Formats: sequence, C-alpha cells, structure tokens
Amino acid sequence: MTSATAITSAPLSVEAVLRAVEGPGAGAVTTFVGLVRDHNVGRKVLWLDYEAYAPLAEKALGLIVSEGEAHWSGARLAIHHRTGRLEIGEASVVIAVATPHRADAFAACRYAIERIKQIVPIWKHEHFEGGEVWIEGATADANDEAARDAALKIACA
Amino acid sequence: MRVNVKLFARLRELVGAGEFTLEVPGATTVADVWAALVAAHPAAEAYARSMSCAVNLDYARMTTPVADGDEVAFLPPVSGGSGAAAR
Repeated sequence: MTSATAITSAPLSVEAVLRAVEGPGAGAVTTFVGLVRDHNVGRKVLWLDYEAYAPLAEKALGLIVSEGEAHWSGARLAIHHRTGRLEIGEASVVIAVATPHRADAFAACRYAIERIKQIVPIWKHEHFEGGEVWIEGATADANDEAARDAALKIACA
Repeated sequence: MRVNVKLFARLRELVGAGEFTLEVPGATTVADVWAALVAAHPAAEAYARSMSCAVNLDYARMTTPVADGDEVAFLPPVSGGSGAAAR
C-alpha cells in the first residue's frame, strides 16, 4: 500500500493514490485530479512552478485526511501533491476517497480540495506569455473553524 | 536569541532569501521575530496583514512564544491545488 499523503516532485500516479484507500469496506471511490491549465484570467499560461513548505504541507495533508475520516464514517482519504515545474496538462494534485456509500465519497473529495486551498502551504508561480506572477489565495490557518465550516458547506451543498 | 527563519514564494523573493538565521535580542513571541525581520528587510512589510506563521512545523499565532533555535516560518497566502485561487 502506498502512503496516504505525499509532497513530491515526481509525476503523480492516480493508481498509487487509489491503492492507498482500497479496502473491503469500500462501496465507492471518487478521485479528483487537478491539472495545469493553459489559461488563467485572460493570460496564456506557459507553465506553473509549485513551491512547498514540504514538511508542514505533509502535516497539513495529514490533517485534512484525519478531518475527512472523522467526519464521514468509514471514509479513507489519500492526497498526493506535486511540486516543481509542471507543464500544461500535468497533474498537480490527486485525491482519492473511499467510503461505504457514494454520496459521502463525492462530498469528502470536494471537502479535501477546498481544504487544500485553505491550509496547505504550497504556492503557485504562474509563468505566462509576457511575465510571471505568484498566485495568492487564502491566508493559511489550520485552526480557523470558520474556514473549515465553509469547506464542509461547499462539500455538502 | 537566534531563530531560523523560513520564507516562501513572493515573500522569499522580496527579502532575497528563503532560509537564514536571525538574531532577535529579547524576543519572546512570533511578533517580535516578525518585527525584527521587517526592520532588517522593510519589503516584508507588504505581507504584515496577509501572512500566516508556523513555529517548528505547527501553525502558530503572532502571540505564540518562541525559543532559541526555533524554526519560524512566515507564509504568504497559499495557492495549492489547481485552478483558481481559493475564495
């Protein structure tokens, strides 16, 4: 079995993330694969460079896995996130969620990606035609209950 | 007291280094370390209201105590995952 969480510069494997959640209690598995897109707010994107505070990012992924497994009974989550230079079409993040029933698998998967954007210390450096820019989203605070509730609300909408 | 400072992404670029030792006489909290960093590198001030911090690989607050040899990280707003930035 592969690790439930990983921060790696190597290309991601959906199979490896799936293997981390397999088990006889699973009745459904969802996967989410985030890809590098060729455009962003009107800019033609050439490539992305992902920088991570790797040891804290691993811990934050572990926290998200724990939160998901505590909230959805019988759920197993795994998340691998890539770092370094990624070309258009490459996978930056892979999430797999196994649950006894399908509705929870969809909800927990959505929860995981929303939480990644809130609390995992990873930064996207966008290189586009004509320049480069650091993309900045949420001020990370793993203890912010309001942010956690917001992610749950999106997941269960 | 000396702490090991870690900076990332645009904040790292503004300061010109991602990892260094900072001498902070009499520091007791993360806020003291931040003040010393801004005094030495005024460009960091741009992140005063949007950064978050971590001490020894745990998310922290500006009021979190620091000790000699601690690793203190300052983090610009994060943007992992894929697609648009978080709302």
